[in-house]
Amino acid sequence: MTNIFLEGGDHAVSHVPVVDPGAADGVLGLLWLVIALPLLGAVVLLLGGPLTKGRIDRWGHLLGTALPIGSFVISVLMFVELLGREESERQVSQHLFTWFETRGLSVGMDLLYDPLAALFLLLITGVGSLIHVYSIGYMAHDPRRRRFFGYLNLFVAAMLTLILSANYLGLFLGWEGVGLASYLLIGFWQHKPSAAAAAKKAFVINRVGDIGLSLGIALMFVTFGTTDFAAISAVTGEVGEGTLTALGLLLLLGACGKSAQVPLQAWLLDAMEGPTPVSALIHAATMVTAGVYLVVRSNFIFELAPVAQTVVVVVATVTLLWGAILGCARDDIKKVLAGSTMSQIGYMMLGAGLGVAGYAFAIFHLLTHGFFKANMFLGAGSVMHGMDDDVDMRHYGALRSAMPVTFLTFAMGYLAIIGFPGFSGFWSKDKIIETALAENLVVGILAVLGAGITAFYMTRLMLLTYFTSKRWEKGVHPHESPKVMTVPLIVLAALSVLGGVMIAGDWIVEFLAPVVGEVEHHEPPLPALVITLIVVATVALGVAAAWFFVGRRDVPREAPQQVSFVTRAARADLYGDAINEGLVVGPGRHLVSGLTTMDNRGVDGAVEGGSSAVGGLAQVLRTVQNGFVRSYALSLLAGVLLVVLTLMVVNFA
Amino acid sequence: MTEYIVLSAILFTIGCVGVLVRRNAIVVFMCVELMLNASNLALVTFAKQHGNLDGQIAAFFVMVVAAAEVVVGLAIIMTIFRTRRSASVDDASLLKY
Amino acid sequence: MISFWVLAPVMVLAALGILFVRKAVHAALLLAVVMISLAVQYAALDAPFLFAVQIIVYTGAILMLFLFVLMLVGVDASDSVVETIKGQRALATIGGLLLGVLLVVGVAQASLGTATGLDEANADGNVQGLANVLFSTWVLAFEVTSALLITAALGAMVLAHRERTTPKESQADLAAKRMRDYAERGAHLGPLPSPGVFARTNAVDTAALLPDGTAAEASVSRVLAARGTVRTAPAEDVERIERQIGDPSHRPEGAGKAGATGDTTETGPESGEEQA
Repeated sequence: MTNIFLEGGDHAVSHVPVVDPGAADGVLGLLWLVIALPLLGAVVLLLGGPLTKGRIDRWGHLLGTALPIGSFVISVLMFVELLGREESERQVSQHLFTWFETRGLSVGMDLLYDPLAALFLLLITGVGSLIHVYSIGYMAHDPRRRRFFGYLNLFVAAMLTLILSANYLGLFLGWEGVGLASYLLIGFWQHKPSAAAAAKKAFVINRVGDIGLSLGIALMFVTFGTTDFAAISAVTGEVGEGTLTALGLLLLLGACGKSAQVPLQAWLLDAMEGPTPVSALIHAATMVTAGVYLVVRSNFIFELAPVAQTVVVVVATVTLLWGAILGCARDDIKKVLAGSTMSQIGYMMLGAGLGVAGYAFAIFHLLTHGFFKANMFLGAGSVMHGMDDDVDMRHYGALRSAMPVTFLTFAMGYLAIIGFPGFSGFWSKDKIIETALAENLVVGILAVLGAGITAFYMTRLMLLTYFTSKRWEKGVHPHESPKVMTVPLIVLAALSVLGGVMIAGDWIVEFLAPVVGEVEHHEPPLPALVITLIVVATVALGVAAAWFFVGRRDVPREAPQQVSFVTRAARADLYGDAINEGLVVGPGRHLVSGLTTMDNRGVDGAVEGGSSAVGGLAQVLRTVQNGFVRSYALSLLAGVLLVVLTLMVVNFA
Repeated sequence: MTEYIVLSAILFTIGCVGVLVRRNAIVVFMCVELMLNASNLALVTFAKQHGNLDGQIAAFFVMVVAAAEVVVGLAIIMTIFRTRRSASVDDASLLKY
Repeated sequence: MISFWVLAPVMVLAALGILFVRKAVHAALLLAVVMISLAVQYAALDAPFLFAVQIIVYTGAILMLFLFVLMLVGVDASDSVVETIKGQRALATIGGLLLGVLLVVGVAQASLGTATGLDEANADGNVQGLANVLFSTWVLAFEVTSALLITAALGAMVLAHRERTTPKESQADLAAKRMRDYAERGAHLGPLPSPGVFARTNAVDTAALLPDGTAAEASVSRVLAARGTVRTAPAEDVERIERQIGDPSHRPEGAGKAGATGDTTETGPESGEEQA
């Protein structure tokens, strides 16, 4: 098999690190507590509410916020402890209990804490805690705030399980847990039919991906007899490439479902029906990046399956352009951000698909994206808070003076995502583009193009929201949000600006090396500085185009209908729903109705026809049983005749 | 000795037809006895044919069994007659479809 | 062989007769003919013991049991000639003929060869020979037969036993019942009239005459009436007695009808009263 994108793939085999954790001791022994705290919160808030007849409502949100903060504190302590260790001792595992055991398969509830998990832990608990704090203000007037915090805590616990599990089955448990929490939170306002439908859509599309993941786990069990990362990573070299390719593709299917990658991307934009903190936490910063985590965590499989890696790269490239194009056309501020999320996850996937050279940058971009996208989502929530929950950007305009804090923090996120030099997004995205260019020119150029489009739609969003003229609805009085909401914004803005320090001196690359391996940099076709300049120039071009098309003109309050085909396609999510409908739902429905007809007519007909035929035959035959003993004697005589005749034929013939 | 066997076969056949055509249960029974007697004749004939008394023993046992059978059978006919006021085998035809 | 050729047609005819006679009693008698002839055949076949057993057990015991049951069931229970099951008679005839032909042809095909004869086996006497075999080779079957016979006897008793569901009526009850019947329905109160007439005959199968000259049907057994064997006094006897009495004017008005039926004997009114 030749790898058209990764011509340097042959180097990988010797560099795949084996997962070989030591025992957790000291501060690291508190690992289980990281999951247990939010889980406790979820149990108390969800079960306690009905049991205490709502008395818990007054302080439930405070408990729900305090517990993730506790997890964050433990995560920081453990991170400090980890930094103090030798590089070889940075993988520890903790055996909690044996989940289940059968002959040939023993699955433990094991936790694995290594640099990769440590970074994720900080992101989830840190950003998660900030969003919890923000939610206190955002959900202040919602009568079901306690339940909301219960769901959020459930999500955090499931996400931490996903990240910390030392085997694929535990990962799957967390994977399904976050899927459940996502479903519950998208449909949190289930009185809105659109929210209920969106939740259902997200759940169903995620099931498609989950089938891939569960089949992958089953294949692992068949192939390796275990699902432990450690055991599998030790023996992947002994398995045929075909099996590993199948494994990689199945895992990728799972990742596509969870991370909204093409072709399972359709649910993410609809998922914006949920409350904005949910969009920020689950559908921007953490859950949707689980697919990237899965690919990076499974590096020992993907490194030996170049075809699967190639598919990852293709999917990622398509998705990053797809999401960016969606972002250009939508007027709903949250959906623009959702398209942007898809696009940015595409970048991460691209990094993960590039192999050892890109894993660290994928995680790096994942972290910075977690900061600035959460920041922008929360900023959008703040704007919606001030605009009476209106999400249409065409009804915004000139909000910078009305909401100065929101504007400034949002601007930090904006500069970060478009890759303004010095901001966090600049460093992370630039590294991925650089690596892509080094590995494959076409992919690299598309990635640069994606950066330009990103600049365009984000600038458009900024202009429509904070600049241009006022287009507010009557009776709307924009105001700055309360402190409890702005403080998290400020913290996240700071992180968006400063997130780039992680790359200083290649710190993150070396930190992650024990997990994902390390490799010599390929020389990009151009010097790094030139590439950076090209990217910055493309971004500037995108910003200028946005100003040219949007900022300079008057923005109509209603979206113009006389638009080009491209705009219409982008507004319709590039016909993603139509494709699903045409390729899957429609034929599926026809298949089912055909099968139903066949079942009703054919199978049931055969069964019922057979039974009625037997019944009819019996109706005729039963008249033989006429109750007359002499008739029976006559049939007896016939039998005797038969026997005698047979005997004679046999004897005399 | 063939003529004895032929006679036995003829008597057996007549008994057989009698069972099929007569309706009075007692007469049917008599026809059954006729068939048993016909078989006895064959058995005795074969005893002479083979110079072996086992055939006569078998005929003897047939007689004993026939006696027992007649006792029970006639008692059954009596019971049926007592309840149905009829000795016709066609009247006892409730056990049917 | 003479006995065979004499008796064989008799047996076949008697057996065929069983098929065709309408009355069960006649069938039983024909069966007796077959069985006794069969006993003779046994004797001719060097089986004197079975000859005796056939006569004593079969003809004497079993067949008499048949007759006994026939009595209980009622001699009037004769078959109707109409076949109730469609096609049964034709099919039975065809099947029987086929079976007979097959058996006869089959037997004729087999060559039995020369008979060994029982002279050697019966050297010490047939009964002794049978006893030797029966109590050695067949002793187990013999013992089992005894169990079978006991079971059959018990079974017959159980089957024939009738559970009494009402208290047994005493003589007083019967008398009271008769009086009640008389009061309610006008049933005859006294004893049934005796059969026969003192003037001409006192046979049980001849009905007594009532004072008006009609026959008293209650005076003869119901069984005889059902069998159709009730006799009547001859008409000329009646006329002769009338002449002896000499005065026909003594006859009651309704007697003409009874005389016209021709099956009763006219007697004097005084004798009828005496009979009643």
